[in-house]
Amino acid sequence: MGILEQISASLQKGNDTHVAELTRRAIEKKLPPKQILDDGLIGGMAVIGERFKAHEIFLPQVLLAARAMYAGMDLLKPLMIRENIPTSGKVVIGSVQGDLHDIGKNLVAIMLKGAGFEVIDLGSDVTPEQFVSAAEKEEAGAIGLSALLTTTMPVMKQVIDLLRERRLLSKIKVIIGGAPVTQKFADQIGADAYAFDGVSAVERVKALIGRE
Amino acid sequence: MKKIVSLPVRGVLPEEAEVLQAQGIPAAEKPDDRIIGLLDDAFTLFEQLARPVAIMAEISTLEFEKIYAGEGRNEPVTPVAEIYPQAECLALFAVTIGHDVETKISELFQTREFALGSLLDAVASAAADRAAADIEYRFLENLVKRQQTMTTMAASRFSPGYCGWHISGQKRLFAYLQPEEIGITLRSSFLMEPLKSVSGVLLAGAPGLFVIADSYPFCAACQDHSCQTRMPTRLSI
Ligand code: B1M
Repeated sequence: MGILEQISASLQKGNDTHVAELTRRAIEKKLPPKQILDDGLIGGMAVIGERFKAHEIFLPQVLLAARAMYAGMDLLKPLMIRENIPTSGKVVIGSVQGDLHDIGKNLVAIMLKGAGFEVIDLGSDVTPEQFVSAAEKEEAGAIGLSALLTTTMPVMKQVIDLLRERRLLSKIKVIIGGAPVTQKFADQIGADAYAFDGVSAVERVKALIGRE
Repeated sequence: MKKIVSLPVRGVLPEEAEVLQAQGIPAAEKPDDRIIGLLDDAFTLFEQLARPVAIMAEISTLEFEKIYAGEGRNEPVTPVAEIYPQAECLALFAVTIGHDVETKISELFQTREFALGSLLDAVASAAADRAAADIEYRFLENLVKRQQTMTTMAASRFSPGYCGWHISGQKRLFAYLQPEEIGITLRSSFLMEPLKSVSGVLLAGAPGLFVIADSYPFCAACQDHSCQTRMPTRLSI
């Protein structure tokens, strides 16, 4: 098995020490960082995503794999920055104003990072202004909004309204999710996408802003 | 009369299967040893950090009518509206697992212990629900002790945000019950802090009172339907 396959296999087992060790070796072998990332780490996470969707593995295994992914990313990130290698895309994410629920949002952020996106996590209780200015400043391709109560869902529309007001709607896509959120609501408020969980969020964001 | 009850942590511990199910793991699936190890760790952390406490106060039908009316945003026909006028006894309640578990969950996510953090979150969520069930049982037990007319009584709990009782109902519920006394505060979005908290009304009466149809207009949008499986607590004199 080649080293990149070994990285992918160790990642799928959720073995973070192994992934870090193998990534270090791959770097020493002068393999291009982008290749280590795509074929080793992201490749491994893609298999994890597929197996999760097929109900062959479950959330805890996905999260162990994600931790292993981060262990490899820590080593690659400085090289990627130095060599100016673009990520899959940039997403600003947070739980909307009034909402402190953040586990769901955290899970989505973890999955997006696992797919190679750069994620700026603004935390919870985030105002529309904070979302929009962060997305503008970071030149993000998308904003991800999470809400767990019907009473905080209207803030999602406020974010879209603010983007429209600043003429950013065509530049910055909006994806929404959370327990009471539905596709119908997404259509009503003009969000670009709705995702049911982390795996579907990755698919939607890829379709909206992903670059190869 | 208002009562504050400290609940023993062990009394609110959920079943392992319940937690695993909340993580998407079906009952028939046997998780590997690593997951079982993490689950044990999550339970240990929970036992160390949880401080389950409840506040409850009996309330008359007339007083509850005002609280239930809330901000006028309830669905026109709801199970609570149908049941409470016939209930023998009513009480408002709020329970919480406390802040410390939540702080730990955040810490685990920050230190990349995602799987453990997510399992601890699921333990705490299920435990908050257990705490509410515990209070429901205590409420009924107490009633049965002083009850003279009925041989079997039942009780069930309903929360703002469920079954057509609009979540803005939290406002009047909080004004009456003042769960701040046990450290639960309410935001303008009607979100309670700590997050792992549950509020609502306890209704007690004849067991037949709690048969709930799954056919209210709002049932179609519900992802839960737990009303069909969650049996009211029953006690015989
Ligand atoms: C950017 O793109 C994206 C894409 C996808 C995104 C995304 C962003 N953000 C999330 N996602 C998605 O991906 C994530 C990963 O799969 C998911 O994130 P979640 O955060 O949804 O998932 C978590 C990992 C696990 N899921 C959860 O933790 C929520 C599950 C349900 C069953 C639930 C639970 C467990 C709880 N609750 Co309650 N609770 C419900 C929920 C109903 C449901 N079916 O979801 C909900 C959220 N609760 C509700 C209510 C009403 C309440 N709860 C309450 C309490 C509780 C418990 C404490 C018992 C417990 C824990 C809550 C918590 N989260 O910490 C109360 C509020 C608590 C508070 N602090 O204010 C209380 C107000 C009841 C009361 N009066 O006490 C409802 C809100 C409805 C409303 N009207 O607003 C509710 C939808 C149930 C219902 N009625 O159907 C997806 O949503």
